[in-house]
Amino acid sequence: MAASSMKGVRSLLLKYGSCRKALCVSLSKADLQLPVRQVCVSSSLWRKNLAAAGPQKYTEEFIKKQVEGFEIGKRHLANMMGEDPETFTQEDIDRSIAYLFPSGLFEKRARPAMKHPDQIFPKQTAVQWDADGRPFNFLFYTGKQSYYSLMHDVYEKVLAIERHQDKMRNKGLFTSDTKQVSLTGSRWLLKEELEEFLVENISDQDYMRFIQLMERLLSLPYCSLEEECARKFRRQLEVQSSKQEIPQLQHDSQGVAFSVADGRRKSAKASITLRDSGSGNITINGKNYLQYFPVLQNREQLMFPLHFVGMLGRFDIEGIVEGSGHSAQAGALRLAISQALLSFVSEGEVEKMRQAGLLTADPRIKERKKPGQEGARKKFTWKKR
Amino acid sequence: MAAGILSRVTQALRGSRLVGAAFSCHGQTFSTAAAAVQPPPALSDDTAANEKILNFPLTQPDYFRLSELFTLKDLFEARIHLGHKKGCRHRLMESYLFGSRLDMDIIDLDQTAEHLQRALNFTAHVAYRGGIILFVSRRRQFSHLVEMTARECGEYAHTRYWQGGLLTNAPVQYSPGIRLPDLVVFLSTLNNVFQPHVGIRDAAKMNIPTVGIVDSNCNPSLLTYPVPGNDDTPVAMEMYCRLFKMTINRAKDKRRQMELLKGISASV
Repeated sequence: MAASSMKGVRSLLLKYGSCRKALCVSLSKADLQLPVRQVCVSSSLWRKNLAAAGPQKYTEEFIKKQVEGFEIGKRHLANMMGEDPETFTQEDIDRSIAYLFPSGLFEKRARPAMKHPDQIFPKQTAVQWDADGRPFNFLFYTGKQSYYSLMHDVYEKVLAIERHQDKMRNKGLFTSDTKQVSLTGSRWLLKEELEEFLVENISDQDYMRFIQLMERLLSLPYCSLEEECARKFRRQLEVQSSKQEIPQLQHDSQGVAFSVADGRRKSAKASITLRDSGSGNITINGKNYLQYFPVLQNREQLMFPLHFVGMLGRFDIEGIVEGSGHSAQAGALRLAISQALLSFVSEGEVEKMRQAGLLTADPRIKERKKPGQEGARKKFTWKKR
Repeated sequence: MAAGILSRVTQALRGSRLVGAAFSCHGQTFSTAAAAVQPPPALSDDTAANEKILNFPLTQPDYFRLSELFTLKDLFEARIHLGHKKGCRHRLMESYLFGSRLDMDIIDLDQTAEHLQRALNFTAHVAYRGGIILFVSRRRQFSHLVEMTARECGEYAHTRYWQGGLLTNAPVQYSPGIRLPDLVVFLSTLNNVFQPHVGIRDAAKMNIPTVGIVDSNCNPSLLTYPVPGNDDTPVAMEMYCRLFKMTINRAKDKRRQMELLKGISASV
């Protein structure tokens, strides 16, 4: 009974691999008191369950060794290429590796590369507790310590603002028209950016809660007290130029104004020269438009921009077009005419043309054929059996 | 014999600092474990002083003088005696109730004072021995208060969504060398859907002692030190937080004092 309990205790102790030294001490003391019987047990009892260990964690010494190896390798590479090791940058490394190990692989990330270990090994948070095993952060046991401590701090700020508000109310100095934080031209941090900031994963609901709390902070009257805190979590929006580019109005030797513009539709490319003080003649690829476009619909497409602005008989049009079919060529010419017209027309008219859809390039292209089907949409004959 | 070996082994595993936890979780076997432990004959003075620091407070009933912290009148003024309506009453809480007035349950403050004294005494001893204390409460209106309390006494708080394997699967979910809390204090034993908090069951599974404030609609079983009392009123919650903070700070200060005295006497 004693021996079996001994064996049980031994296996228990060996499973807790951490305090081995202490174990040895206590075991030897126990051995003195009990007779030891050799019992054969299979090694599967002692084998560690590797799957339960979780994803591989890189220790600090390992990363340091990798960084040292990288630096030495960089110097060797510089010497090999006959360049100065001191001023050898990452671009030089990439160039040298591409030269020494040419690869025909399409996937750029599969080609040989030599990068700094910080870019290869994912960032990990350092050990989170001290020598006694006590965690540093007071919210460690929640699982998401950075996220919850951030929420705690922001809520603290909300409470501080509300207390300030109450103080002002008590003094009778409460006003609603205080300095507001301007939010134009900036956006809240994205979920990925917040994860990067906190160095831990959060869920969509957590992210929503965070944004709601920040919005609540900014809705309070005295929110200007915590402006820097709010600014930390906002990013500038990229300036979107929605201005239409109007082609330059040029004058030829006779003083006649003309403008040049391009247009595309499917794979048809068109170039148009619009001359002022004309009589409504349209020449395409050297031919009259009646000859080039026998179909009425295509000629209507050419006329539409001029008809829309009411300048049908004013201009002479010279056009070059190539590629695709007759309808696509007509569409390309229409877009080019509309672009060229912008320099002859007022701002209000430009907006009207934009709303009519004359200035938008038609994005439709031929849909690709899919495997297992006849064409893009057509399927093979369906057989019931 | 085997029990003696096992207790010695658990002691070696957990380290001398955490002996308090081993003592308390086997509530009845406290004395037997202590009796089975036979320290080695050749003791250095340092170890003797350490043993004295750890064992001396256990010999006295109220070493930290926690009965000074609150009186029955304070409990009454903090409205701790107010329970829920008769319909919400839990069967097992009936022994802790004084009675019922206009359908509202009144908790017996004499029993509450006694239970609270025991719970605070135990918390103080755990804090004295450098144990990790985790405050848990799932009530949104007191979440910030509980977190501030934990922060101010240098302990830990969890007033958020409880991830399933927090205590039972900690080495896998976090890191292999993690140290679990030595005491869990529930300032409200129910979660947001009025069910018993998962932490009570998990702590019991992991042999971690628990202290819990149980209202008249809560289940007091599985808690090591239940404290019947109101958990809905802000005054009551502030009082509990204040009491726990004062006990923990007192115990830690006492420990630092004893370490300093030991240092002075050793150098002398």
